[in-house]
Amino acid sequence: MKIPLSYSFRNLWTRRLTTSLTIVGLALVVFVFAAILMLANGLERTMVATGSDENAIVLRKSAESEALSSVGLDESDILATQPEVALGADGKPFVTKEIVTMINLSKRGADASDLSNVIVRGVSPAGLALRPQVAIVEGRMFNFGSSEIIVSKGIQKQYDGVELGGSIKFGGRSWKIVGLFDAGKTAFASELWTDNDQIRQAFNRQGFSVMIFRLKDKEAFNTIKSKIEADPRLNDLKVLREKDFYAAESELLATFIRILGLMVTIIFSFGAMIGAMITMYAAVANRTVEIGTLRALGFKRRSVLAAFLFESLFLALIGGVAGLLIASLMQFISVSTTNFTTFSEIAFSFSLSPSIIITTLIFAAVMGFVGGFLPSFRAARLNIISALRSS
Amino acid sequence: MNLLKLILRNIFRHKLRALLTVLGIAIAVMAFGLIRTMIGAWYQGTEASAPDRIITRQAISFIFPLPLADKDQIARVPGVKEVTYLNWFGGVYKDKNNFFARMACDPESFADIYPEYQLKPDELAAFKKERNACIVGKKLADQYHFKIGDVIPLAGDIFPGQWEFVVRGIYTGRDRSTDESSMYFHWDYLNERVTKSSPGRANQVGWYVVKINNPTEAATVSEKIDAMFKNSDSETKTETEKAFASGFISMSSAIISGLQIISYVIIGIIFLVLANTMIMTARERIREYAVLKTLGFTGQHIALLVFGESLSIALIGGIIGIALIFPISAGFAKAMAQFFSYLVVEPSTIIIATVLTIMVGLVAGFFPAMRSMRMKIVDGLRQIG
Amino acid sequence: MADAIVQVKNVTKTYKRDTIQIPVLQSLSLDVPEGEFLALMGPSGSGKTTLLNLIAGIDRPTGGEILVQNTNIAKLGESALATWRSQHIGFVFQFYNLLPVLTAFENVELPLLLTKLNKKQRKEHVETALNVVGLADRMKHYPKQLSGGQEQRVAIARAIVTDPTLIVADEPTGDLDKKSAEEILNLMQQLNEEYKKTIVMVTHDPHAAERAHKVRHLEKGELL
Repeated sequence: MKIPLSYSFRNLWTRRLTTSLTIVGLALVVFVFAAILMLANGLERTMVATGSDENAIVLRKSAESEALSSVGLDESDILATQPEVALGADGKPFVTKEIVTMINLSKRGADASDLSNVIVRGVSPAGLALRPQVAIVEGRMFNFGSSEIIVSKGIQKQYDGVELGGSIKFGGRSWKIVGLFDAGKTAFASELWTDNDQIRQAFNRQGFSVMIFRLKDKEAFNTIKSKIEADPRLNDLKVLREKDFYAAESELLATFIRILGLMVTIIFSFGAMIGAMITMYAAVANRTVEIGTLRALGFKRRSVLAAFLFESLFLALIGGVAGLLIASLMQFISVSTTNFTTFSEIAFSFSLSPSIIITTLIFAAVMGFVGGFLPSFRAARLNIISALRSS
Repeated sequence: MNLLKLILRNIFRHKLRALLTVLGIAIAVMAFGLIRTMIGAWYQGTEASAPDRIITRQAISFIFPLPLADKDQIARVPGVKEVTYLNWFGGVYKDKNNFFARMACDPESFADIYPEYQLKPDELAAFKKERNACIVGKKLADQYHFKIGDVIPLAGDIFPGQWEFVVRGIYTGRDRSTDESSMYFHWDYLNERVTKSSPGRANQVGWYVVKINNPTEAATVSEKIDAMFKNSDSETKTETEKAFASGFISMSSAIISGLQIISYVIIGIIFLVLANTMIMTARERIREYAVLKTLGFTGQHIALLVFGESLSIALIGGIIGIALIFPISAGFAKAMAQFFSYLVVEPSTIIIATVLTIMVGLVAGFFPAMRSMRMKIVDGLRQIG
Repeated sequence: MADAIVQVKNVTKTYKRDTIQIPVLQSLSLDVPEGEFLALMGPSGSGKTTLLNLIAGIDRPTGGEILVQNTNIAKLGESALATWRSQHIGFVFQFYNLLPVLTAFENVELPLLLTKLNKKQRKEHVETALNVVGLADRMKHYPKQLSGGQEQRVAIARAIVTDPTLIVADEPTGDLDKKSAEEILNLMQQLNEEYKKTIVMVTHDPHAAERAHKVRHLEKGELL
């Protein structure tokens, strides 16, 4: 005979204060757990979205980031003519040769002296087309040959002094902001784009930082990789799939968040389990006479175990759902921090996924189970006579 | 017999519950201390800064190099005593998890401008003499068992290739906050190889460290230096060493804020665990408190008992937790070795943890104490407890 | 003739449950002379325990006066009442109510912590009290190591250790077997006759009532 579930529910309700406190504690832990998973996921999503499988990026071998890379004029010319490079709609190589540098902007609401490094990317005419994730949403594309610039909507929202129609000064000249672009959840959402020729003049550069091109077909990547490694004119460069490159750029930051998150959560979960244990032990202690009565009436030990375990699990799941709900609200918050590898700003947000929801609920259930097991076990093992006698 | 004895005996009446509560609090206090210690790692740089040193770096970002040629110009600015320069080398020592700072410097001027790095005179002389010599901090030497004469091989990334450096000195920090976990070698040695392999990158420095005559002139000298290079190819930003170090903190401000929020959440959890226990405890003792009141103990006495119990549990858990901060920080530093070389547990962390523990002990006991204090004797006697 | 040591004058006690008023005692008057052993009997709900609680100063009357040794305790503030209790009342409960974490000695010592006696003096008083109840050899035992009768004796020792004006007992034999109950009642009689203690006892048990000088009955809040 099973002890009805309503018995467990009513008991939780009777000791509401203690029950609520335990649930809040569990919810907090679940919240932290889910938030950290969401943060790491958000960062990963951004990186994954940023690169395309169809594009390859060429940089200097020793460069960890685009801003510190250099690809010479000659090198880029040689590469552009390779058969592995796809042709664009105009019949010309589908290639963008870009100069990537940084400027200082100050966040809205922050101290004027508290500046962040934001990327400015000088692109070739094919630059926009090669990145379908990027689209102009307000204003227009800049004109090549003039000091015009387009700004990511994300940057415009977060930083001062980058409004549509306004202008921004750097590199010794003034640039008119003629358009805002949406770059989804990609790294480009933290950038400003303009004509690479204008950047070269303003910063007196020789050559480019990087070169990105569309791969002709699936096998093209490996072919061109071997070519570059073998060619003495090119072997100071490296080529990666665009996706892999951006993933690598954020790997350090992502690893940091993940390890940090994991350790914090492990510590937290111990705290939560202990909280659950205390509550459940108290519940058992308070209902000793009751338990004795139930057993005297004929309910088996395992029914008692099950009833208490169910209570504990139920507590944990309520806490889990509550924590998850609050964590899901974090999706409205976007985080902007300095990427450890590039030392420039990267914006990403908390991203919830079905697997995170499932993982979190399992985590909550495990906490409830582990926290509740020993007390439930004790409840089941009570000797009927002494239980009935205890006052 | 006195109230304190009664309090302590009451705490351990339910050994298991007391143990769990203390454990819960200990874990939370430990986690709080750990997070504060991590946040402290970002602040290490600001503490080690000297008021008479200013840093000149590329205006946009310190990752962009400056020409070596700028050095003489900077040295001539009025108020400047001496100039040295550093390049961040990066690279990998055996495994990318073996993170520590590796920099190229000019030994002569470096030793002058950083007197807090203490070397034996013969070690300093040996370092200056050998082209591929290096010096390492004592903490670093202890961690990796470096001895004088050892060869440290590095796989370069920013500066590709295989590099080898011979340890000729182990420096100790003069002050408590001085860093002892970095490695320094000759800039000339770096530049020689760079000139051969990629001449376009030769004769560049990462940043300049400028010693000024008078700390109060820091702002004016900084402005003068920056004015000199304005509108040139390499505009500079000069600021005090402390401001420079603070820049790193604001770079990661989002992460630091996140960590701080987590630390507050932890405090909340401590409170919940303790409050939960205190409420249950007080509920069980109602009849006993009523009996004490019958005997003539006042409501204040009762409140004292409850607060006393709450505080004692908090303190016991707090002390254990604080003791645990040390080993867990060390373990954490190991797990995150590619980000932190070591983590120092600051006295301020311990003080704050203690104060918070006491506060939580008081607040958690407040509601049960008030309830017990105000309870009517006859109601209390009726309770089965 | 001297004033009665306890003078209950026109006392009413009404309990409030939400908006309902429940009268328990109505204009009750009672005198207890010094040295008397009074038993209060009556059915459940008659108000006898309430009356006892009022005399002992652990509850307040809604109206009327209660004079104990000419002090109107109904008028004392909380703090003053607590002090008064510690000096004048020794309470014996049905369920003994000893603190489980304290030894017999320490339980008896509790009321003395409110006095100015030093450790040595307290020890003397405690040992005396335990001797009176015949439990000196169990001083270091915890309540759970004592039988019901022994626990009650410790409780009585606690009640007399401050040499109170009045001993108040609420069903002192209610939880005891016949033999232990006898022992307790003997003890109480001894306290009354030998040590001249005034005792007011509430009880259901006619055997207990027999030991008292006087028995008063209560019904529906009125003395019969």
